[in-house]
Amino acid sequence: MKRTVPLLITFIVGAVLILAEFVPHEPFGNFGEDFSLYFDIIAVFAFLLGGGNLIRVHVTKVQRKKKDWPFSIVTLVGFLGMLAAGLLKIGNPDGIQGDVAKLGSLFNDLYMFIFTPLQASMFALLAFFVGSASYRAFRAKNLDATILLVAAFVILLGRTPFGLWLTSGLEGSLSFLQIPNLANWIMGVPNLAGQRAIMIGIALGVISMSLRLILGVERTYLGQDNE
Amino acid sequence: MNGNGEQKSLVERLQFIDRRIIFLFIAVAVVLPLLFGATLKEETTPIVQELFDFIEHLPPDSRVLLSFDYGPTTAPEIQPMADAIVRHCAERDTRLYMMAIWATGHNLTGSTIEETLKPEFPGYVYGEDYINLGYKAGNQGLIRLLFDDFKRMYSTDANGTAIDEFPMMQQIKNLKNFDLIVSFGGGFPGIKEWVLYAGDPGNIPVGGGCTAVSAPLLYPYYPNQLVGILGGAKGAAEYENALITKYPAYGKKWMGGMSLMMSQAVSHVVIMLFILFGNALYFILRAQRKLETGGGE
Repeated sequence: MKRTVPLLITFIVGAVLILAEFVPHEPFGNFGEDFSLYFDIIAVFAFLLGGGNLIRVHVTKVQRKKKDWPFSIVTLVGFLGMLAAGLLKIGNPDGIQGDVAKLGSLFNDLYMFIFTPLQASMFALLAFFVGSASYRAFRAKNLDATILLVAAFVILLGRTPFGLWLTSGLEGSLSFLQIPNLANWIMGVPNLAGQRAIMIGIALGVISMSLRLILGVERTYLGQDNE
Repeated sequence: MNGNGEQKSLVERLQFIDRRIIFLFIAVAVVLPLLFGATLKEETTPIVQELFDFIEHLPPDSRVLLSFDYGPTTAPEIQPMADAIVRHCAERDTRLYMMAIWATGHNLTGSTIEETLKPEFPGYVYGEDYINLGYKAGNQGLIRLLFDDFKRMYSTDANGTAIDEFPMMQQIKNLKNFDLIVSFGGGFPGIKEWVLYAGDPGNIPVGGGCTAVSAPLLYPYYPNQLVGILGGAKGAAEYENALITKYPAYGKKWMGGMSLMMSQAVSHVVIMLFILFGNALYFILRAQRKLETGGGE
């Protein structure tokens, strides 16, 4: 029973949604919209579940003094502080009914002056790691690696005005050799072909996996403790 | 010392240079141009120019939906695009409908309104010329719902005011009522979902601005399903260049994309020099080993 009911729900929902896509008439016509709304409602509950789980995990970590538990306190203070600032609209010039992100509200200040610089700093670290990794790993060891290296050079130079400055002398019939043009060609031809191939492959994979789920062939999402 | 207990040569030591030295070079390359306020003008490429031209040819009072689908991590790259497109749309007297399908995008919508739209276009009236609809959960499901019935999901604006009280919302029934959708942000959900769940089924023009790393993934949608794509700081700088060319008054204004380009250009050159240096060391070391082993690998 624990296995049959979820399989049945998956089959009915999957089959109905496929029908809704091809049959625009009642009652199928509105199913797509209705199920999207159900999905939205479930998504909102997922926020509560996620928040509750975050508190549970970190409170347990603090209580048991597990490794790096002081960071859990920072997480909890940050989460609950931001939640309170948003829910109670603390400092909001328009009061409790105002926009949560209103200029001057505590929520907006926390977002702009703490959350934004912290997240931007984390992302900015990427530049340093890209620099270090390129130096160590980007070697013309064989033909494949050399092609990759040349393509990377063209794109890197093509993304800056230096590329145009260096090759601006190539005019007329040779203008296609200007680095920005070569960079655009790499993006528009080999990259495009590769991306399309990957996308078509993924789409075929999604179709086959969806069919496996709807027909009950793929059952791993039910967990391992069923029957 | 190497594995055999022998002293490492200079070339070998340079190959494994302390990563902090590389970090220092990158930091100097990024920070110095920003400190000195150096900017670089970018030539506008066709993929950016087409989005610019599309907006340029929109008649006054056209409805443009701007979706802020990004967060602070990518804001340095994407915020200049949002500001440039908002400026352009306002120059064209279009109506701006701003929303977010990313929770982190809502505050950035507010930044664009407070720091760009309000000070530069004081004549723009809230509810008549622009509106902040705020964030809604649901990812691509939300787009699917908006496609059929906009007000079913957005019954109020971000301030909680009933949506029908705003004159600019009275003609809006679904996404097909918009003349252009522009999504900022290349993650999930983002530009791709706007194309798949709104642009394609409704034949609604969609444009996008995303990070440089996301841009290659969106090329398959251009030009048939995407009007144009702004990729990274360069895309923003290119759009700003097109804006300055058409509206020269912006030439005197500080432009977020252009201000990043010198940093990006210098750091790219530094990375390339490191790659060249690393490869030179690799080939020297390989030649030395060949000599030591008598020509064999």
